[in-house]
Amino acid sequence: MFDNLDFDVIRRSLPYLFLDGMSFTLMLTGLSALGGLIFGTLIALMRLSGYKLLGRVAGLYVDFMRSLPLVLVIFWFYFLVPYIGQWLTGASRPIRVGAFTSSLVTFIMFEAAYFSEIMRAGIQSISKGQPAAASALGLTYSQSMRYIVLPQAFRNMLPVLLTQTIVLFQDTSLVYVLSIPDFLGAASKVAQRDGRLVEMYLFAAAVYFVISCVASYGVRRLQARIAIVR
Amino acid sequence: MNYNWNWHIFFEPNPTGAGTYLDMLVAGLLLTIQTALLAWVIALIFGTIIGILRSLPSRTASWIGFGYVEFFRNMPLLVQLFLWFFVLPELLPRGAGLWLKQIPNAPFWTAAIGVGLFMSARVAVQLAAGIASLPRGQKNAATALGLTTAQGYRYVLLPMAFRIIMPPLTSEFLNTVKNTSVAITIGLIELTGQARAMQEFSFQVFEAFTAATVMYLAINIVVVTGMRFLERSLAIPGYITGK
Repeated sequence: MFDNLDFDVIRRSLPYLFLDGMSFTLMLTGLSALGGLIFGTLIALMRLSGYKLLGRVAGLYVDFMRSLPLVLVIFWFYFLVPYIGQWLTGASRPIRVGAFTSSLVTFIMFEAAYFSEIMRAGIQSISKGQPAAASALGLTYSQSMRYIVLPQAFRNMLPVLLTQTIVLFQDTSLVYVLSIPDFLGAASKVAQRDGRLVEMYLFAAAVYFVISCVASYGVRRLQARIAIVR
Repeated sequence: MNYNWNWHIFFEPNPTGAGTYLDMLVAGLLLTIQTALLAWVIALIFGTIIGILRSLPSRTASWIGFGYVEFFRNMPLLVQLFLWFFVLPELLPRGAGLWLKQIPNAPFWTAAIGVGLFMSARVAVQLAAGIASLPRGQKNAATALGLTTAQGYRYVLLPMAFRIIMPPLTSEFLNTVKNTSVAITIGLIELTGQARAMQEFSFQVFEAFTAATVMYLAINIVVVTGMRFLERSLAIPGYITGK
């Protein structure tokens, strides 16, 4: 069964897989999580702002993004980002956008919808007395959000945010559809070049598995440590 | 935006010679629905078995349940599909591997089984949580009535648990529909795949993707509306969701 397998191909391609592929994947994951968190928090604030129109717009965005498959969204942005760039810079023709920028924009916009739901739950979990006390102290809305509500919401939701980031880490593999060499894309390139699909895909699966397992174990530990006793 | 919009493209004949571009997209939509339904059946069957295992007092059973869920949750769906599609036939004995490679519609079956197993881990977690949320008295009452463990699950615990987890199951079903699009990577030409094909043939990128987007939104609206009725009629009186 394992007779004609050549696991040496993995050793030979390790530098390419990790230095090129995995660093792309991790960069994309990290920056998307950060961007998604920032935009997600803004969307959550819009939904909870009490301005009906603002709330509706944010709600529609979230529902819209969450009803589309990520693969379709990746294709959408891949073709749309050059036009957005043209519109932003006022250039005369659609600008050329690199693979990384394009997928980063995609994942930030997509994940913002998911992160916003988490942050919304986090903000709603803060008792009403807290912002009330803040405004009694004379803090403005933005001060009360910045110093009182958001830090607590973020802390309460940290395990969920990290779990979503692990999902995001796995989802970045979908940039494969654009033939971008992320970790899976790099593994697949080597696999097809050397005709070693079995070895490379088993290895890729194992790497994703180990990283996700260790990360979710870490999240569970963290959850136990930072849980606030009420 | 200097893009050449042409909304009539849907009614122009597609290059395969069979019908219009719209027909292509509708064929993709139907394939998406078929794949998702078969995957959902698989997810429910395996999810129920594993969910029950996770809720049993036996150490071994809950370990099997835990291992199953961790296995399917910690790998990207795309990698799992690759494992089923490219790796499994090579690792089987020669005869079985050859048979697997020659199955007609291999992408369809691989996608349905792969997505189904991937989603079954999530269904299992939801179901185990649903069972755990039932008051302990339910299980005890079942035992006191003389029901065996299997009967207790069949007649008492599962009917209650499934009704409680109806809302999360709805969103898991929608996730199943969305996840079938990952099978584009193993050559399943479902809705996203047809939109992509239409874009390559006609160069009308945004029309193609807009149509696919509208179709996905339509699936969502239909499922959510349908499930809302189902949830209302199945809601348990006395629980928050049932009034």
